[in-house]
Amino acid sequence: MTALTVQGVTKSFGTTRVLHGVDLDAPARGLTAILGPSGCGKTTLLRLIAGFADPDTGTITLGEQTVFAGGRSVPPQRRRIGYVPQEGALFPHQSVAANIAFGLSRRERRSGHRLRELLDLVGLDREIAGRNPHELSGGQQQRVALARALAPEPDLVLLDEPFSALDARRRDDTRRAVAAALRAAGATAVLVTHDQAEALSMADQVAIMRDGRLVQIDRPATVYRQPRDAGIARFLGEAVLLPADVIDGKARCALGTLVVRTPSVTGPAEVLVRPEQLRLRHDGDGPTATVREISYYGHDAAVRLTLHPDGLPITARLSGTELPEPGSEVRVTVTSDVLAYPTPDTRGSRPPGEALVRHQ
Amino acid sequence: MPVLGVLVALLVLLPLGFVASYVATSSWAEIRQLVLRPRTAELLWNTSRLIAGCVLACAVLGTATAWLVERTTVPWRGLWRVLLVAPLAIPAFVNSYGWVSLLPGASGYGGALLIVTLSYFPLVYLPVGAALRGLDPALEESAFTLGRGPLRVFWGVVLPQLRPALAGGCLLVGLHLLAEFGALQMLRFPTFTVAIYEQYQSSFNGPAANMLSAVLLAYCLLLLLAELRLRRRARYARVGSGAARPAPRVRLGALTLPAVAGLALLAALSLGVPLGSLVYWLAKGTTSHVAFGPLGVAAATSLGLGATAALVTVALALPVAWLDVRRPGRLATLIERSTYFGNALPGIVVALALVTISIRVVPALYQTVPLLTAAYAILFLPRAVVGVRAALAQAPPVLDDVARSLGLSAMAGLRRVTIPLTAPGLGVGAALVFIAVVTELTATLLLAPTGTQTLATRFWASSDGLAYGEAAPYAAVMVLLSTPATYLLTRDMRRASSG
Repeated sequence: MTALTVQGVTKSFGTTRVLHGVDLDAPARGLTAILGPSGCGKTTLLRLIAGFADPDTGTITLGEQTVFAGGRSVPPQRRRIGYVPQEGALFPHQSVAANIAFGLSRRERRSGHRLRELLDLVGLDREIAGRNPHELSGGQQQRVALARALAPEPDLVLLDEPFSALDARRRDDTRRAVAAALRAAGATAVLVTHDQAEALSMADQVAIMRDGRLVQIDRPATVYRQPRDAGIARFLGEAVLLPADVIDGKARCALGTLVVRTPSVTGPAEVLVRPEQLRLRHDGDGPTATVREISYYGHDAAVRLTLHPDGLPITARLSGTELPEPGSEVRVTVTSDVLAYPTPDTRGSRPPGEALVRHQ
Repeated sequence: MPVLGVLVALLVLLPLGFVASYVATSSWAEIRQLVLRPRTAELLWNTSRLIAGCVLACAVLGTATAWLVERTTVPWRGLWRVLLVAPLAIPAFVNSYGWVSLLPGASGYGGALLIVTLSYFPLVYLPVGAALRGLDPALEESAFTLGRGPLRVFWGVVLPQLRPALAGGCLLVGLHLLAEFGALQMLRFPTFTVAIYEQYQSSFNGPAANMLSAVLLAYCLLLLLAELRLRRRARYARVGSGAARPAPRVRLGALTLPAVAGLALLAALSLGVPLGSLVYWLAKGTTSHVAFGPLGVAAATSLGLGATAALVTVALALPVAWLDVRRPGRLATLIERSTYFGNALPGIVVALALVTISIRVVPALYQTVPLLTAAYAILFLPRAVVGVRAALAQAPPVLDDVARSLGLSAMAGLRRVTIPLTAPGLGVGAALVFIAVVTELTATLLLAPTGTQTLATRFWASSDGLAYGEAAPYAAVMVLLSTPATYLLTRDMRRASSG
């Protein structure tokens, strides 16, 4: 069953077109992440779904109810949606308890039963019910904001970059607590984020937005392993993109001859190799490379290399136990099959013969 | 909202527009006859030398006291901080009443200079003190390490950074002086405002008063421009974040005693004399007769007018502040700035413009409460805008979105979110307007309905007739009412300038 259907939605501000015909289906009880760089239109899409603004064209359906079609719009207070904005936006004049109970009926507000249920759901101590928002940490504020949004049992919960203001350690805990609470509540959720790790780790479905269009909608593993184009591949994590010549499902490139997962591509192409697919050895077969620098993270390390003989820069991600010395020469092998995209020069977007490494 | 904002701006600009069009439609001969005469020259000379002397004295006194309190080891700093601001709670015409009733000789240029300086130096002390507190001591330390002596550091590093605060404070003093009527009239020192009032009162000479009003307005604009020029390039910001360390204090040593004596003398002159005189006349007045009846009536009238004006002014401030906070842009800035003209316009100019306009256009409004309220709103709108803007900043639009997503209608959201969040700020704005109205004299004298007496006009009528004992209770009530507003106003100024 589909909880949210967006069809052909466009939106302009003045003469600037922000959304160019967006189609999206969010399955019930699942978490859909809309992932894109800042300014791509993802927050605008979220506000249109919430009803804070209206699309220029298109339709929006929540469950059985069409909330926007042909210029007729259901106001946000009658859409049964929950909304968790950036930095929580708790009502500063009300206690935690009053914030959470804000959308409940007077009777439910008085009983306090639902309040305790919600505090438990989002993993907050019942003690904090009497505190004021400014006495909470950022992570606690976000959990209260989620509890407040979940209180009236909405059909759909919208989260707008809810973790971007938190520091790294809290962000991870809060993400897991929020994902667990959403699952336990059986809510359908749409999360807007620019953080690919957040989208990949939390969502059941990732929708990638670029320049006002949804360019790929798939499960997290699929968008990471089979990005539809090189741009998406680069946006979803570090990518080594090498020029190649593909014949019969084999790509010949600076890293040797590699097996291609996409059999339809032939001729000049660009292959995508993820840094974790690379292995370094001191001897054996494979092209040679010089180790330039190593960023050591503890659990693993990023090794930046210069590939011989053309001097292409590539990055390998290795476990932190066996690392080469900077300046040493190593042999590079690729562990599994790779993706290939028709060479960009036929589409005229980037000069050929250049390997691009993007670090996210 | 934009339409409402434009309407408010038009109301505020009404007096300015009136004076401009009045001058534009007068013939050159008329202007020459009314403006170019010895009387104008005399008024110009009086006004200018009073402004020059008083601004200079206030700048020196304000900076020196601020430096003593904020940057030296002078004892009882908490006490001085209160006493140096407290003169603002005493309306200048009450202060001059205090002096004149004790020392009838305190008049003319010398007396006027002394008394208005004592009334207005806190307007410089406050922003300069705040600027000194916000100054990063690292700048001075760097200057010292570059081989500068303390005096050269003060002139070369500290003073330039105080310039925006100093210029702002001096502008306020100048504008207050241009608008001051009661104090200077009592001291028999005629400036433009005094002369306009007399012209209007004695001969009901509309053209002459209006033309003088135009000259006064030109003077105001000149001051505003001068201040803009002074602070134009004066944008000083600390690079980096976080609060600056508090600066080390200069050890006064043997100079402690003279410093304390100087501060105590200043407090005695600016607070002791007017308050002492007030107590003296209160004690003396109560032995002869107690006029509680008229006092009660005047107090009730003042409270009623103050409450009405506060309500109306805050309502007018709402669209202005809303545009500024929620729809910032060129139009919003233009509207917001134009409301500040009210603060710079002397009450007499506003009152005279409204008198003339009402007589010509809607005679039914002349000397009515609505017209008087309009004058108060024009004069005190900036005070309300400041409060309302702070209030609206407390309620960002995202909270409206959240409330609506939780099923609240726009009205319910207003009731449960926006109003509870903004009420304190609106209350502060209303209180500031209320108290300003209670101590307002000039516009009230010109515009109040016949027979309506406020605390200020009652006080004025009594002290003008040398009935000092009779005037004292009215003055005392005004001072009591001003005290909380002074606290609120100075709290805002401290916050605004220390950032």
